[in-house]
Parts: sequence; structure tokens; C-alpha cells
Amino acid sequence: MSLGFYNTHLPPHLRVLKDEIEGFARDFGLDFYETIFEVVDADDLNEIAAYGGFPTRYPHWSFGMQYEELKKGYEYGLSKIYEMVINNDPCYAYLMRCNHTVDQKLVMAHVYGHCDFFKNNAYFVHTTRKMMDEIANHAARIRHFVERFGEDEVESFMDRCMSIDDLIDIHSVAIKRRDDHPKYDFSPQATSEDSAEENTAPRFKAKPYMADYINPRGALKSEDEENKKATTARAAKFPEHPEKDVLLFLIEHAPMKNWQRDMLSIIRDEAYYFYPQGQTKILNEGWASFWHSTIMTQKVLDPSEVIDYADHHSGTMATSGRRLNPYKVGIELLRDVERRWNMGQFGAEWENCDDMDKKRTWDKKLGLGRQKIFEVRKIHSDITFIDTFLTPEFCKEYNLFSFNYQDPTKNYVIESREFQKVKQRLLFSLTNFGKPWIYVIDGNHRNRGELLLRHEHQGVDLKVDEARDVLANLQYIWSRPVHLETIGDGQSTVLSFDGTDHTQQATGGSDDANRKTAAKAR
Amino acid sequence: MGQKIEQDLQRFRKLVRGKVKSDLSKYISRGEMIGKKGKDYVSIPLPSINLPQFRYGKKNSGGVGVGPGQPGQPLTQPQDGEGEPQAGDSPGGHILEVDLTMEELADIFGEELALPRIEPRGKKNVVTEKDKYTSIRSVGPESLRHFKRTFKRALQRQISAGSYDPLAPTVIPVREDKRYRAWKEVPKPDSVACVIYMMDVSGSMTDEQKEIVRIESFWIDTWIKRHYQGVETVYIIHDATAQEVDEHTFYNTRESGGTKISSAYELCNKIIDSRYPPSQWNVYAFHFSDGDNWGDDVPKCTELLSNTIIPKLNLFGYGQVESPYGSGEFYDHVHELVGDHENVVVSRIPDREAILGSIKEFLKTGR
Repeated sequence: MSLGFYNTHLPPHLRVLKDEIEGFARDFGLDFYETIFEVVDADDLNEIAAYGGFPTRYPHWSFGMQYEELKKGYEYGLSKIYEMVINNDPCYAYLMRCNHTVDQKLVMAHVYGHCDFFKNNAYFVHTTRKMMDEIANHAARIRHFVERFGEDEVESFMDRCMSIDDLIDIHSVAIKRRDDHPKYDFSPQATSEDSAEENTAPRFKAKPYMADYINPRGALKSEDEENKKATTARAAKFPEHPEKDVLLFLIEHAPMKNWQRDMLSIIRDEAYYFYPQGQTKILNEGWASFWHSTIMTQKVLDPSEVIDYADHHSGTMATSGRRLNPYKVGIELLRDVERRWNMGQFGAEWENCDDMDKKRTWDKKLGLGRQKIFEVRKIHSDITFIDTFLTPEFCKEYNLFSFNYQDPTKNYVIESREFQKVKQRLLFSLTNFGKPWIYVIDGNHRNRGELLLRHEHQGVDLKVDEARDVLANLQYIWSRPVHLETIGDGQSTVLSFDGTDHTQQATGGSDDANRKTAAKAR
Repeated sequence: MGQKIEQDLQRFRKLVRGKVKSDLSKYISRGEMIGKKGKDYVSIPLPSINLPQFRYGKKNSGGVGVGPGQPGQPLTQPQDGEGEPQAGDSPGGHILEVDLTMEELADIFGEELALPRIEPRGKKNVVTEKDKYTSIRSVGPESLRHFKRTFKRALQRQISAGSYDPLAPTVIPVREDKRYRAWKEVPKPDSVACVIYMMDVSGSMTDEQKEIVRIESFWIDTWIKRHYQGVETVYIIHDATAQEVDEHTFYNTRESGGTKISSAYELCNKIIDSRYPPSQWNVYAFHFSDGDNWGDDVPKCTELLSNTIIPKLNLFGYGQVESPYGSGEFYDHVHELVGDHENVVVSRIPDREAILGSIKEFLKTGR
């Protein structure tokens, strides 16, 4: 890959380091795709980072916005990107030219941790490994649209797409909920046209004079009618099951122009590519940090570099303010797991032991730790990782607390240090990336081709003003009125947008429980 | 890498400044980054545009943090975030604003007034030659080999010779196929400019008027500096006699006594001849006065201007501030010169409101 006119290849001294570190990584059992390091200047690193790690992206102001933040942060010495690695085969990683050798070592060791994670973690299994090329293709397609339809037109549609790019079904890649539909086939799906044929019952082959006997008319007619009823019943439910992949539903059913459909599918593809990285932030960073610290301290660190290394490592692990640092939580939790499995502090025997003294000195010398964390990196995402391995002891040691928003004071307040509460808050913030659950319920609402969505309320209300703007964007794409069922202040309501006006309508029940009883009473 | 991002960045900046008609304006938020400059905390403005998405509201929301604190204790800084309050890292005390860089400022200003870019004059400022790859030749070092052209030549040759097999599309260039990039030396203008500010500091100029001059010359300075690599500034004050002063004195001197504008022009001419020969410098001169001159001096002034000074300048600007005392007749005398010389602009600046318009007058020529 060429990044322009200057040389991005590794200089000899870094190449030696790379081979050395790669060797150590493999010795430790890490398993990764070939990794290519590019050496770039700060400006270019900021640019690549703004583009989400890819040297070529479609034109959009949001990348410029990212870039400005990175650039200003770098220029004023507030932030600096250390490492940037792309889930691809081969993996691409970037090194900043002006970094000191010890930093380059640290970054390389860290990168091998990520590469191993990308290749082996279950949540990355379905991601495209040729994304470098795909994303460049996406960029070319969108640039083409810009040339044909104008910058403003394409940009404003892109803005709308980006406002709904989180409405995907992250589990659909692992669970087949429906048959595959070819990605680039935009012709309407066969089902609706074919249904007429389906409705007619099968005719047996017969000579004309025998037709009435072999295919008796009366029986055929009643069978036809039955079929028809069945199809209308099916059609009344469209989609058949609530569809979480709103983008897919729109791509398949919304009346868009072909270029718009293509753009929306590009956004969707990229969203599906990027989501596992959000889904495994803590574990992925924890894993990479675990390995850079292991490789550095046990193998490649030169005595003269210890201070610099320690400084930079602790800089990465530091918690700014009281915000949770995924690097820190990840690495400490992994170390905790390794320690526990080395000492046998798990299983029913450990759980049921009430003797604190015994627990304190518990060590069965099992030595299963290394094996266990490799298993963890293979099968876990952040949610299952936290759910399985967060312990009350860990919470206490690392001073975790949960906080919540207090309406009267308009402030966030420390809520509790109780293990259950902390864990629950943490899991909630990780579930669906801390975003609301939105489903398509009906694509033919009120039999008028309107779109009905539902927000699966889980205790927290939507931000209504923003939700209205999103509805407007959805309405533009769907072109018919759009409705969203949600619950606000314990009252179920429907937010609607018909293209000109926003309306909000309460729909009975004052909260979830009431709603259920009301339904029962009926 | 050609900085593709630059286009996205420009687009973003245009959106933020409302230069592009867009529905996004309501999503713009004026964020900031807190930085440290020496001992002071500085705020670095960081606007952003947040597209709407389905998000949780604040009510009943929460999250997990680390650190000390008792349950019930508020996290110091209420945030409008999505359950990610960034507490405790905001410094106390006063925070300075980091302004835009001068270049950014000048660009915004230029855009705002729709000013044309200044075209440095002629070739006289050439100081360096730069190599630019513009053409192709058949000999050259391997490092400059033009791969695509070489490949095309080789393919052409092989097809015409019949040695190309589409099933095994190997193309091997021979010596004659090779094409190399060739360069040309292009002059790189390295332009330098000098700005001479002259101000009447006679008794009739009040502090308010000096303030107007100060503001106006600041903006002119900013704009000219944006277009030249090295800009030197000269300040001249005059009443009945003229002297060259530093910037501070220029803005803070109050003299009394009569006015003899020609004295300033003479000095200006002398400085140009001795230090800023127009063959090497882009020279700008701006004169601010209340338009009150000693009667007999006027012919000498116009004579000096039209025959000696103006031909040496890129631009001569005369700005006249309104004075409660002066007659303001000098304006008309300079105005007469506008017809004969296209690099002369005159402008009246009655009050602060008029500064912007006046700057536009001065700089719209793009000289």
C-alpha cells in the first residue's frame, strides 16, 4: 500500500525489532495474521485515525471533524495516538515516525495482542478480512455518486444515513434469523410477485378430458381460498417478526433511488464491520495491554528504557478523572482471571467457602491461568467477560462505583458501591452499546404503508428531541409517515412524523405493569 | 499524502461557520478542550456537529466510575453526556481562551468580506527554484520509473509483436519500454512585503480616532501577512514634522500642533528608497488622517504622491477619520488621484461601524 510519495516502510532498526517482537509473541502462543507496519508522520497518523484507520474513506465532514480534534489535541500536546491497527488480513498497523524506540517496541507488542484478538475472538469471526479493499471500493462508489448527483445532495443523504447507522442487529451475523439476500441485488424480492402463483393450489398433470376428475374444481377453489387467507394473514404481519436490523428493512423495502440504496447498504456494511470493536473494547484493549506489558517486561525491554516504558504504560492505564478506562479494567481483570485460575480460586468449592482466612491463603497451584485467559479471549465479549469474571473483590480493590442522574439537582451522583449495583450499571452501559433497542414492528401500519417502530423500554427514557429528528430522517427515507412507540415518564406514547408535523400521542396505560393488566382485562 | 482529509476538514469548517446552507446548524455545539500553556489553563475551542440518533435521556441513566467518594456525593461536573460524565478533570480557576491562529482568523475575515486574494507582483520576488515533475522521458534513474507508462509501452510492444498471451498475461518491459518522470525547474515565488502606516497625530486627532486607526490597521496587517511570507511593518507619525516610531509609540502618541502631511510622505519615500526598493518588495502604504492639512502643503503632497510614491507601491490607501475639528478637505485632494492611478483607494471612516466597510474598500482590489 502506498501512502504517497514518502517511504512508509520500516527502517532497518525497526525491522529488526519487529522480527524480534513477532518471535516473542508467537512463542507466547499468540496467533495472528501477517502484520504490516507503516511508519507515518503525526499529521498522517491523525488523518488515518480520523478515517477510522483506513487510508481511503468516502468524503464526509465528520472525518474532518474527527481530524480537527485529533490535530488540535496533538498540536497542543494534550493527546497523542500511540497505536492504530486495522482488523484485516494482513493486519495493518501504524507507527509514528517521531516516536522513541521504546515507544515503537511498546506499540508493536501491543499491536500483536490486537492482531491475535482480531483473528481469534469469536465476535470477529464474521468480519470481512479484506476491509481495506472494501472500504476503498465504498469510497470510490460514493465519490462517483458525488460527481453524478452533487455534493450537497449526497452529503445530506449521508447525514441521514449516519443518524440511523446504529440501528442494526448485532447478533444477526451469528444467528441466522432469515435467509441470505444477495447484497447487491436491488430488485424487489420475489415473494410478493410470486404470491399470486403460490395462492393457486398445485394442479396435477392431466389430459384435457380427465381434467375435471383429476383436479376437481370445487376442491381447488376451496384450497385456493384457504391459501389466500393464509397469505393475507401473513401479509398483515410485515415484517413477520419485529426486525431489529432497521437498516436492512429500509434497504429492502423503502422506496429509494438505487444510489441511495447503495449508500445505505455501504453504511450498513461498515457498521457491521466496526461493531465488534465496540463490543469488545475492554477485552481487546485489556488483552493487547496484557501482552505488551508481558512482552516488554519479560523480553524486549532494555534496562535503560525502563523509566520511559513505565511512564508511558502508566499513562495509558491512568484513569482520567473518574471515568472508567477500558485499558485498565481490561488488563486488571485479565490478570485477576489468570491469578485466580493459577491458584484455583474458582468453582463451587471456592464459591461456597465462607472462611475468609482460608480464602486469603487459597492456592491450589493449578497453573491454569494462561490457558484460561486464552479461552477468555476466544469466546468472550465485554458483556460476557464482565458478567462472568467481575468479582466483588475486584470492585472493591479498584474502587468502582455506580452513579446515576438525579433529576432535582441536575447532576450525576455516586449511587452505590454495592457489587450487584455496579455490575448491573456496567452491563447496562455495555448492552447494545448503551443505546436504546429499536425494532421495526410494522411496515404497513394502519394499512397505509406507514412505518411503525418500537422502542423496547428498559428503564431509561429516550431523549425525545433527538428521537424526533431521527424520525424525520427515517421519514425521508421511508417517504410515508413514521411512528415510534416508546414510554416517557411511565406513559406509553407514540411519536409520529408525517413529513411536515411532529405529533405525540399518549396511548393508554400509565406504565408497563398497567399496560399488561389492561391487556389481560380485555 | 496529499491530505485528502483537508477537503473534509474544510467542509466541516464551512458547516460550522454556517457558510454552507445546511440542516445541520442546529446540531452544532461549541465544545472545548482544556489544555495547559505554561502555568495557565487554556480553552481550545472545538466545535462539533452531533447527528441525532436514538439515545437515552438523562433521567434514570447512570454508569460506572472509579475513584473515591461516598454514595450520595455528586460528581463535580454535571455533564450533558450519555452517562459518561467526565468528572474531576476540569481545572479550577480562570481559563484563557486560545484564539484561532492568525491564519484561521485571516481566512474567516477574508471570507466574511469576500476579499480577493492578493496577487504578489511579477517575478521579481523569485528567490528559489523548485523541481516539479511535469513530463516523461525515456531515460532516467530507476527510482523515477513511471510504472504505468512503462507497463503500457511494454504491453503495446508485446501485443504488436504477438508475444502477448491473454491467458498468461505476463508483461516484461525491455530497456526501450521504460519511461521515466522528468522534471522542470519552476520558479517559486517567495514574496516579501512591507507595510507602511502613516498617521496624523496632530492635536485634532482624538483617542477614539486613534482606536479606529488601530483596529483598522490590525486587520489590514492580518490580511496582508496571510499572503506574504515575510512582512515588515513601518510606522510613521507626523504633525508638522514626521518621524519613524515603533508600534507602541504609533498608537499611543498624542502631539499637538499643526499638520504638514508632506513631511510624512517625504519620510515614507525616503524609507522606501533606502530600505524597501520596490524591485524587491511589495510595498503597501496606508495613511490615516482627519483630513486637515496646512493649506500651502497640499500641492506638494499631491505632487509627491502621484509622481514619486504611488508608482512604487502596490497599494496606497488613504483613510480619513471624522474629526470634530478638521475640515476634512484633504480627502477630496487624494480622491482626485484615484482616476489617474488604479492603485489608490480612499475611504472615509466616520465611526467604528464603518471600519469593516473601509477595510473592504482598501483590500478589495486584491493588489
